Amino acid sequence: MENFAQAATLESVTCPFCGLLCDDLTVQRDAAGKLDVTRNGCQKSITFFGRAPNQAAPRIAGKNATLAEAVAKAAELLGRSKSPLIAGLGTEVQGMRAVMSLADKAGATIDHMNSNGFMRNIQVIQNSGWQTCTLTEVRNRVDLLVVLGTDIVSLFPRFFEREIWNKESMFGQDTSKREVVYLGGRNIDTSAGVAPDGRKPDVLPCDPECIPDVLAALRALINGKKLHAADVGGIAMTDLQNLADRLKAAKYSVLTWAAGTLNFPHAELAVQNLTEMIKTLNLTTRASGLPLGGNEGEMNANQVSAWISGYPVRTSYASQHPEYDPYHFSTDKLLASGEADTLFWVSSFNPDRTPPATNLPTVVFGHADMKLENEPDVFIPVGTPGMDHNGVYFRSDNVVSLPIDRLRQSALPSLNTVLTAIEQAL
Amino acid sequence: MLIKLTGGTVYDPAHGIDGKVMDILVRDGRIVERQHDGERIDQEYNLKGKVVMAGAIDMHTHIGGGKVNIARTLLPEDHRGDPVDHTELCKAGCGHAVPSTLTTGYRYAEMGYTAGFEPAVLPMNARQAHLEMGDTPIIDKGGYAMLGSDDLLLRMMAANKDQNAINDYVAWTIHASQAIGIKVVNAGGINAFKFNQRMLDLDEKNSHYQVTPREVLQRLSRAVHELGVPHPLHVHGNNLGVPGNVETTLNTIAGVDGYPLHLTHIQFHSYGTEGDRKFSSGAARIAEAINKNKHISADVGQILFGQTVTASGDNMSQFRNAGHAHPNKWVCMDIECDAGCGVVPFKYKDQNFVNALQWAIGLEIFLLVDDPWRIFLTTDHPNGAPFTSYPHLIRLLTDKTFRNDMLSRISPDAQAMSTLASIDREYSLYEIAIMTRAGAAKLVGLHDRGHLGVGAAADISVYTDNPDREKMFAKPDYVFKDGELVVKDGSVVKVTWGATHVVKPEFDRAIEKEIAKYYDTYHTVKMDHVKVTDQHIADDGRGHVQVQACQGRREKLA
Repeated sequence: MENFAQAATLESVTCPFCGLLCDDLTVQRDAAGKLDVTRNGCQKSITFFGRAPNQAAPRIAGKNATLAEAVAKAAELLGRSKSPLIAGLGTEVQGMRAVMSLADKAGATIDHMNSNGFMRNIQVIQNSGWQTCTLTEVRNRVDLLVVLGTDIVSLFPRFFEREIWNKESMFGQDTSKREVVYLGGRNIDTSAGVAPDGRKPDVLPCDPECIPDVLAALRALINGKKLHAADVGGIAMTDLQNLADRLKAAKYSVLTWAAGTLNFPHAELAVQNLTEMIKTLNLTTRASGLPLGGNEGEMNANQVSAWISGYPVRTSYASQHPEYDPYHFSTDKLLASGEADTLFWVSSFNPDRTPPATNLPTVVFGHADMKLENEPDVFIPVGTPGMDHNGVYFRSDNVVSLPIDRLRQSALPSLNTVLTAIEQAL
Repeated sequence: MLIKLTGGTVYDPAHGIDGKVMDILVRDGRIVERQHDGERIDQEYNLKGKVVMAGAIDMHTHIGGGKVNIARTLLPEDHRGDPVDHTELCKAGCGHAVPSTLTTGYRYAEMGYTAGFEPAVLPMNARQAHLEMGDTPIIDKGGYAMLGSDDLLLRMMAANKDQNAINDYVAWTIHASQAIGIKVVNAGGINAFKFNQRMLDLDEKNSHYQVTPREVLQRLSRAVHELGVPHPLHVHGNNLGVPGNVETTLNTIAGVDGYPLHLTHIQFHSYGTEGDRKFSSGAARIAEAINKNKHISADVGQILFGQTVTASGDNMSQFRNAGHAHPNKWVCMDIECDAGCGVVPFKYKDQNFVNALQWAIGLEIFLLVDDPWRIFLTTDHPNGAPFTSYPHLIRLLTDKTFRNDMLSRISPDAQAMSTLASIDREYSLYEIAIMTRAGAAKLVGLHDRGHLGVGAAADISVYTDNPDREKMFAKPDYVFKDGELVVKDGSVVKVTWGATHVVKPEFDRAIEKEIAKYYDTYHTVKMDHVKVTDQHIADDGRGHVQVQACQGRREKLA
């Protein structure tokens, strides 16, 4: 049995602080439970693992309380609620199972804090489907990477290191010859796309709101249509034609996007143009989409919700059975319309993801370091999965899930423990 | 706790019992021979006139893992047609084509099923498959790990590695994925699709590895046999759905060195090219080959008319068939240098010539294969139809008049191409019990399930005899799971959590060095993190692993 209260060097640690779920970190633990990433870190993992252990007590109306009192108070608020919303959902699989069970019992609606972005992808899947691949396929097969409107690395710091500029690949490819094209967006930091030999990526910038036009034009070109405009969104048609030709000639192109960064109206239609274009490319060669996401347990929430209710999040148990509505059951809408009357907010990985401003009775299940502008009715600090307790986490590609193991001594309860107690007290 | 089931008419083919009136005693979840002296019977059920069988076992049903959850996510409109309310006992969910996990468990139990086996567990996705099965109540479960398009096996084959090394890798995979068998899907084809090959016939070479599907089947079927894994290699053939694929299937039966093979959803692989539309039934030839080759077994993968969704590891075939998607949306994925998946919704229509003939082909195979111990009742849930249609399928097999009535309603052109009307066979209750209980348990390697002998787990279904077999099998009077009454009058009365059945064949751990090096060099995760442990399955506080016996490592067949 490992003594978690002892200093140690921990190898092959899995990091749950972005959707890449890197599992090769070395973490140094001191006797006080402070963790320090000493190998294969990135700015995210160093920050998140580096937070000092904090054994904050639960609070009721700002006053310290025991866990039992806080659980009783949360159960009382939930019992009184006619239309509770359980949102945030920054947790791992066991925590999410407890959320589903509680939602079923309490007639709650569930939504994740990243859904505004994620739902763009879900709408594409539910309207037309798509053709995608996973990270290890990218690492071994990609010859042409097209990055849509993002630098990738501010959200997923080690993406290029691990999937593009990896030294060895399985099929004899010289990975340093891989081609990277940044398509769309302005002032994007493209330095991560520079090849190890200094070769620069191609950059075709446009204003974010022009991305739909650019994708529509590119898809038309791939379909063999002739376009008469000289440029689209400031990108020369000849450059787009060149990109279309390269995509058709590539053996395995990967087109990637992070739905959360596509902040323009009906971005789902832009994603759909991209994914339908990928289907067309696959009539003659191979190409895959790579939707990047999975931060804050986004995939955990949607996967568990899908197998337990049949639907992704934005699902309500207000009737006796689950109902799904990607528009009406959004956190923003339910709070703005006043349809929700109580908010349960979960963020166990990230203290900065605080609940949205609301006057509703609120219970926060938060990272112990969470600083709240408005003191909620109840605050219950919960352990961080993969640091304070074990869990399971789904990666960006929605296929690989890994155990995220406890790394240190902690008195903080898991979300699963707390929600199960609340459900029993209901 | 001693329970007595008194006076039921018992069908227990594992012991040759065909409709004998007898009592069954259950102590603490197991069937026992007799009462101890002075032992009190805690509960007695008078089953006079009732039909008693072991709990049914679905040996091929897609109930957990990535592709199933993609199918759920893809089809909210289908779920909306079958909302499932929560009750005092049961959680809410949804039903029909791809039910939520909890609903899946309840509904299987409510039909008298007590186990289901997920046939396509991708090693890289095994954890998810077990998480979903862990949220599937009452029934036991297990899975077959998918190999055959994974780059590591193909690399080993291209390097002409010794069979012992292949055996060790296969055994390692079974352990890491917590599986009870090995499945191969479109052998090598999923991999070839990543290199832009669109078809891969049995002797066609993968353009990168220069390895053929036949070689993959030979290596894997031999590995499974030599490791002593009871379940023969579970084969989803090449060329699924392609007219003329009956030749590939016959060639597969003939040409894999005589090692045992289980050919799954064989209906989809039994198509000829005769007739005006170049689509015909290969059922008679397939049945003849199965009848002749005793090392071959098959499940049918019957299609039934209506909306469903096909979820498969075979993305090469699914991409080819995506044009038939109904509604028009589909997902295909290349997965982790391990496998792939393709999810395509389908609506089978009785007036569509191809669909109608598929329906007839499936039934022809059921009825033309002589030995019920080697043919199994499946719809390849949800690919041919949802598992909830099994009672209807049982009626089609047991009631010739009903079958011919149904036949008369399908596309007339399909009727004209089928011999179904001329087949008189009706399955008996004993044969149904073989297919869905005794035979399935034997095939999967469940030594203590599928029968009612002393020492067996008390998974028992009790039905009211009814000439309408659809009504009879849709609503058992009682279902016992490990001796506990879980279903009464077709409704769940207690929610329990079944076991996950696995095998743990012996192997040389030195293979891990090679596997770890491969993962470190090419993968994005470490080998150790891929493994699903017994503890992981027990982590939800409900699940547990039950290890079924292997036969010990064997030498090559003479």
